[in-house]
Amino acid sequence: MARTLINIPPTARRGEVIEIRVTIGHPMETGFRPGDDGKILPRNIIQRFSCRYNSELIFSAEMFSAMAANPYISFFTTAQNTGTLALTWEGDGGFTQTENVTLTVTG
Amino acid sequence: MRTLPGLICLLALALVANAQTTTRQDARKSGFEFMGPSTQAMQKDDTLNPGMLSVKDGEALWQKPAGQSSKACATCHAAAQSSMKGVAARYPAFDDALKRPIGLSQRINQCRVQQQQATPLRPESADLLALESFVAMQSRGLPIAPTADPRLEPFRQAGGQRFMQRMGQLNLSCAQCHDANAGGKLGSSVIPQAHPMGYPVYRLEWQAMGSLQRRLRNCMSGVRAEPYAYGANELIELELYLNVRAKGMLGETPGVRP
Repeated sequence: MARTLINIPPTARRGEVIEIRVTIGHPMETGFRPGDDGKILPRNIIQRFSCRYNSELIFSAEMFSAMAANPYISFFTTAQNTGTLALTWEGDGGFTQTENVTLTVTG
Repeated sequence: MRTLPGLICLLALALVANAQTTTRQDARKSGFEFMGPSTQAMQKDDTLNPGMLSVKDGEALWQKPAGQSSKACATCHAAAQSSMKGVAARYPAFDDALKRPIGLSQRINQCRVQQQQATPLRPESADLLALESFVAMQSRGLPIAPTADPRLEPFRQAGGQRFMQRMGQLNLSCAQCHDANAGGKLGSSVIPQAHPMGYPVYRLEWQAMGSLQRRLRNCMSGVRAEPYAYGANELIELELYLNVRAKGMLGETPGVRP
């Protein structure tokens, strides 16, 4: 399990625009760099990030070799109903991780 | 009524003295103040600061039993939030058994070997940096407070001399950049005043956490000198001198640096 830093407001008013900011600890090894032994290190990157709000896909992003380690992603959405935001990272070597965050919508 | 002018005079003197100490303090700046606003924002917000990934790892390791003793750090030291408060601010400290000063990461490894009966963690390994940053974060916002231990004095002096001493093919001393030309530029980078604030830091160039010793070694290879090995006395002496130089400045761990 990779460590994550997730910043989502726990509550929001209906119709309010909220910012979602996520960081995940990941080496994002490019696949082009030699290791200490001179051999090329195998690529190990996160290829896709997606966010589902009550099962509906609201945001996704593709990532490539040129991205820095511990990728940080920020995006906006509109608070509609109380529910779960499922944040999923998928990458090389069968890497997959999902974090669920509850959002309470008032009004 | 005779006392009133005297009082005013005293007050004025106090104000002057106060202004002097403030300007003297203002002359010293953490590397934080030399960074751009976006990097500063990244350090200030714990949900943005990538160094917090390491701190959280350290928090988990603090609770995890290790070695043959099956003891965790927390078994002896309980909650780091209280037991480790201010500890990083006074390191490196003198070790009675070794009869020389040791840094915080060496102290952690000493605890691992002697108390937990575990294998020492490799210098700059993710786990050691995680524990060190978790411990050092308990001194965030506290002033750097080097101990008055007289046994440290010769080591501090040696560190001060090394700071002034030219080294490497470029034949530069630390002081030539960080005292004489601080605030200027080296290539496109701003030269900071070399105060050891916020270590271990998340350095964007490294895309990872690194200790003060890594930073010092980095500078040494920059002037094309042979860097001292991790944990070498020479590096500890430099750390001791830097801490005296930064005495009273506030801890920032986990810092973010460009």
